[in-house]
Amino acid sequence: MALWVDKYRPRELSKLDYHKDQAENLRNLCKQSDFPHLMFYGPSGAGKKTRIMCLLREMYGAGVERLRNETMSFTTPSNRKIEVMTVGSNYHLEVNPSDAGMYDRTVVIDLIKQVAQTHQIDINGQREFKVIVISEGDELTKDAQHALRRTMEKYVATCRIILSVNSTSRIIPAIRSRCLGIRVPAPSENEMTAVLQSTCKREGLVLPPELAKRVVEKSERNMRRALLMLEASKVQQYPFTAQQQIAELDWQVYLRETATQIVSEQTPAKLEKIRDRLYELLSQGVPPNLIFRGLVEQLVNNCDMSIKAKTLEYATQYEHRMQNGAKHIFHLEAFVAQFMNIYKKFLAELVMTDDF
Amino acid sequence: MTANSVIAIAFLKTGKSSSGNSSTDKQATNAPTERRKPPAPWVEKYRPRSVDDVVEQSEVVAVLRKCVEGADLPNMLLYGPPGTGKTSTILAAARQIFGDMYRDRILELNASDERGINVVRTKIKNFAQLTASNVRPDGRSCPPFKIIVLDEADSMTHAAQAALRRTMEKESRSTRFCLICNYVSRIIVPITSRCSKFRFKALGETQIIARLQHICELEGVRIDPDAYKSIVRISGGDMRRAITTLQSCYRLKGAEHTINTDDLLEMSGIIPEHYLEDYLEVCRSGNYERLEHFVREIGYSAYSVGQMMDQFVEFIVRCGSLTDKQKAIICDKLGECCYRLQDGGSEYLQIMDLGCTIILALK
Repeated sequence: MALWVDKYRPRELSKLDYHKDQAENLRNLCKQSDFPHLMFYGPSGAGKKTRIMCLLREMYGAGVERLRNETMSFTTPSNRKIEVMTVGSNYHLEVNPSDAGMYDRTVVIDLIKQVAQTHQIDINGQREFKVIVISEGDELTKDAQHALRRTMEKYVATCRIILSVNSTSRIIPAIRSRCLGIRVPAPSENEMTAVLQSTCKREGLVLPPELAKRVVEKSERNMRRALLMLEASKVQQYPFTAQQQIAELDWQVYLRETATQIVSEQTPAKLEKIRDRLYELLSQGVPPNLIFRGLVEQLVNNCDMSIKAKTLEYATQYEHRMQNGAKHIFHLEAFVAQFMNIYKKFLAELVMTDDF
Repeated sequence: MTANSVIAIAFLKTGKSSSGNSSTDKQATNAPTERRKPPAPWVEKYRPRSVDDVVEQSEVVAVLRKCVEGADLPNMLLYGPPGTGKTSTILAAARQIFGDMYRDRILELNASDERGINVVRTKIKNFAQLTASNVRPDGRSCPPFKIIVLDEADSMTHAAQAALRRTMEKESRSTRFCLICNYVSRIIVPITSRCSKFRFKALGETQIIARLQHICELEGVRIDPDAYKSIVRISGGDMRRAITTLQSCYRLKGAEHTINTDDLLEMSGIIPEHYLEDYLEVCRSGNYERLEHFVREIGYSAYSVGQMMDQFVEFIVRCGSLTDKQKAIICDKLGECCYRLQDGGSEYLQIMDLGCTIILALK
């Protein structure tokens, strides 16, 4: 049994639930025999992938939904073998080069050239080009992005690239100027509620408006998360009640507790305990940048403005170093220690001024 | 004749191109079935085909024109911002100089090819060592050298660049090098001193508009006359971006639609001005919660924080209500945040940090 997220994913551009004007534009794009390289950008859960698949279906017909998994292996210049999973149909290929870590450049060079240099066998097929979908394009290293530049121009007649990225900030300008950017904003709260309601209707369930509203609020405008939450709630308790508890992601709860502990006590002993908790989070596979963001959001809650500014200043500094460094835990811990330092000084000053 | 030489090369194997290049033509007629012409983006379709078509870059054009007429060619280093015609110029010149022998006489390597020190030592050196005759197969004379084009040379490692040094000198009898890059500072000095440097200027408004008008006429695009100016503003002197923007807009909206400024702004990912004003306003209020809410909204609407910062610099500098000192503090932080963002920092944290600094600066 498929999850609701997959089961009710719109499969055609005309069936999309929101951003209908954009869908109209995308259909226009398909009508001509050809489209440029595309870059879909937007927050996660906004529907980038859904739109890409709809677009492909519109272009190639139902054939794009016959997917197969393939493992491709590459040899890096240093003779190391790497394997990357790809999902593809006869018409497109979906790959996540950042799976290969620092070797993503090899993947980009080899795979894309390989695909780009072969033609569609069926010349009467609808289109003369294949599509390569690169997911998490913003995780590509600068090297890999540079490698893409000329490839995108050279093989433009046999292959189109669709990038799916969360933010264009990390994409080098040379790539940005070669793509048509398509902005996919997160759905508004009303749109999300409507989707939740229609999903429930199709499942034959009754969803109280209050509950829908709370799910939407909790989901942070992430459609996928909202649907998953709703389904989880249904498993927990049905029929729904307006006040029922919504299953929250346990790492978020854990992170919040961690932040509370940091604020409650600032000692080396506590720091050591926090380290265990951070390790726990990392080992559960929570991305370190999310940990950073979550910590900052929680920590600044009860602070003075000057502390907030300082905390953020250090957070940006350590987060940046973390992105460039190898071991995430060092930088997370350095940030926690620094925060404890600022916070403790602030408290001490408060006591001093109180005394006078 | 198809758009561009490069495409023609890429499709020689399959004969898909129907280029004016005669060797390609032969292949194409051999192909079993008549195929549709491959759809070419306008950027490729309207690439300059001869050096005389290149606009604005008068010095380099003068040198290349001499060469087409039969003079010797120096080693060249072409640099300048993206979309100013560096690659187009050299490829157009090479096609004019070599004609049909184009494929044998040019080695084009770019960042998508493996270009480590090994490639310099083997591939480039081997190619450089081949001698080139000074007559064409058809008996006409041509320059007795080959050209190695190293595109995007600023992404070559220093070691690889160093390995080029002696090769460039030793093989100067039969080979010319042409390096192309965006930032000349990333090329090591021994290489730059061996080349004659040509700077490509960002294109002016009139040139871009003239080219766009030309394309619009040929393709039958309906466009609002004011929209040309917005394209120029969006592109910032980058011809490729200007043409891509125009074509994207045309494709998205369909042929019947008259392109206007609003369509272009939405397409290009430029952030509407009011967001910048709101950001400053929110910071002026000094309320952290409002700032956080605002930043979240930006995230949800999928605008790029990097783009926002780019525009914000201009906004701050022109803003009348700030003192010079405040501007200095903000711009200082802005620079730092932009750098970190480019380098992989989190969008949320960077823009919050900037916001806090502005709040404190405005107090």
